[in-house]
This record gives sequence, structure tokens and C-alpha cells, in this order.
Amino acid sequence: MAMLEALNTSKAPARWQDFLQLLKPRVMSLVVFTALTGLVCADRNIHPVLGAVAILCIAVGAGASGALNMWWDADIDAKMRRTRGRPVPAGKVQGSDAAALGVVLSLFSVMLMGMAVNWVAAGLLAFTILFYAVVYTMWLKRWTAQNIVIGGLAGALPPVIGWAAADGAAPLNAWLLCAIIFVWTPSHFWALSLYTSEDYARAGVPMMPVVRGAASTRRQVWIYSVLLIPFCIAPAFTGLGSVAYLAVAGLGGAVYLLLAWRLFRSKAGETPDPRNAPEANGGLYDVRAGARDARNLFAFSILYLALLFATLLGEHLAGLKPLELL
Amino acid sequence: MSDPSRESDAEAKARRGRNIALALGLLLFVVLIFVVTIVRLGGNVAERPF
Repeated sequence: MAMLEALNTSKAPARWQDFLQLLKPRVMSLVVFTALTGLVCADRNIHPVLGAVAILCIAVGAGASGALNMWWDADIDAKMRRTRGRPVPAGKVQGSDAAALGVVLSLFSVMLMGMAVNWVAAGLLAFTILFYAVVYTMWLKRWTAQNIVIGGLAGALPPVIGWAAADGAAPLNAWLLCAIIFVWTPSHFWALSLYTSEDYARAGVPMMPVVRGAASTRRQVWIYSVLLIPFCIAPAFTGLGSVAYLAVAGLGGAVYLLLAWRLFRSKAGETPDPRNAPEANGGLYDVRAGARDARNLFAFSILYLALLFATLLGEHLAGLKPLELL
Repeated sequence: MSDPSRESDAEAKARRGRNIALALGLLLFVVLIFVVTIVRLGGNVAERPF
């Protein structure tokens, strides 16, 4: 905290862009994309204005979670290369201002969702914000190496909220979209943490490579990758995806497994990277030789998830008939 | 000698930017509530029994 207080003595005045950065715009854009897919896949005639309001509420709710996360985690953000430039640790915005912004936007987004759209979606949005801000940020993140596995639920819920906004309910297919992101998160995040683990170790965050070592992490990435592919193919059997989706899920899944296997057999995460020294300013996502396989899986995991959701979105917008193989 | 309690140009500019952003946010919220009200009211008026 002393470090934070020292940082917060910065005299640079807070600009509106600093407050916008608190909302994690890049995360917001991903949340909007998956929520929109859920909303469209519900195949209900929601009024376009109400649909747009629902997506806006989900985006603002995600932003509010981000602001609360940056307020609570400012002490560890200040110690990590990836996050030390964030507005609170950089001293641009006071922690209390970030917290106030998070609380106000949470209340506005949930109330507007409830009054304008429906209370099932509003309830799910409130649960997601609370889960991310309280269960993940305040509790799991500093306590267990399973933090991102359980906390991943918050990132997986937006398609369910989008579906509920259109439908007023959350059927099994909505939860299947949630399950895909939920099972995808560990392999995606641990692939990243294999080459940024020194950052987490310095901040005292119990990420899997820090607590259990690189070999165990690579093994768990492989197991979660094997678990992931059936979930990704399942929508073609449950009346959600069509032929294009089955092709993308199947072919992409094969590439995913190949990359995960290569990572499993590699030595990624086992050699310290001199660029991760506190004073280093090299590119965070630069690749060192031993971590190339981790970087490849991390990059492909983003592409694969984006392709799956984009294909589902495209199929439903085009009105293609789902396969319903079961 | 400058007054330390006086706002610098950079602070004044930053505050003005924050105020404009807040004003636009509030305006957007008011417009949003108005449009949502019209949409929801419109549907209910169309479905009301005579």
C-alpha cells in the first residue's frame, strides 16, 4: 500500500480517457461480441432498440467489473509489467474514484437492463458483476491456483445474459455457449501465464505455473484442451450450429489439439526471461525461444473462440437451419 | 509568484474534458430512457384491449 500511496502522489490530472481505460475497453469488446452471439442465437424477435440497450448494459456492466477490479488490485497491478501502466497504479486516477465509478455503473447497467429488457437478464448481469468483482477479484485471485478456472465463469456468462435478454429465459443451448468459454479459459490463460509467470510471482498471485510449476501447467493445458473440443462440437448436435459451424469447430479443434500437444511436449515456462526483470521494458508478448509453443496456443485460442462465435452469429443472421444431429 | 491553490492549465483542460464526457454520458442516458419508454409504451399501446 505504501508503494501505491507513493504512486498516487502523481500530479498528472485525470483525463476522461483514464476513466475510460478503467472500463477495460478491449475486454468490453469481447464481451459485446459473445453477448451479441447469445442474443442472436436465441432466435427471438426482440425490438432492435431493446436489443441494443441489452448489449449496452452488458458492456457497461463488464466495464464496471473492470473498474472494481482495477480499484481492488491496484497494489498487485503496480508490481506487474503488464498492468503497471493502468490508471490507478500509475497514479492518474484515485482508487476511490475507480471504486465509485464501478459501483455507479454496476447499478445503472443492472437497473436499466431490468426496466428496459427483463429481470432474468438483469439478475444474470448482477450475478456476473458480483462474481467477477467479489468472488474472483477479492477472493479467488489471491487465494488459489484455480482462480482463473472458477473465475472464468464471469467471462463465460455474457452469451447467457444476451440469450436471456432476447428470450426471457436461459435454456441449455445458452449454457452450452457459456460452457465453451468456461472450459476454454484455463488452456487460454495458462498458455499466456507460462511466459508471464515471473510477473505473477513478483506480485504474489498464485497462478498455476508459479504454484505447481511449468510441467504441471502444460499437462493441465493439454487436459483442458482435450475437454474443450467436445464442448465446441456439441452445438452442431443440439440445434444451435449448422454445417459451417461443424467444419470450423472440427478443423479448428484439430489444430487446437495439435498446438496443445506441442506445448505439452515443450519446455515452455521453464527458463527465466531476463526481460521480465522489474526494470525491463521489452514487449510483453515478445516470444522467447522456449515459450514459442505457449505463444502459439495462446494466439490460436483467441482465433478459435472468435471463429466459433462468429460462425454461429453468421449462421443465425443468415437464417441457416441448424443440423440437430441428435 | 504563482498561487499553489490555483488550477494549472493542464488541470483545467483535464477537468473540462471530464465534465464534457460526463455531460455527454448523462445526455445519452436521458435519450436512452426516452427512447426505451417510447418503444415499450408503443408496444403496450398497440396491444391494449378496446
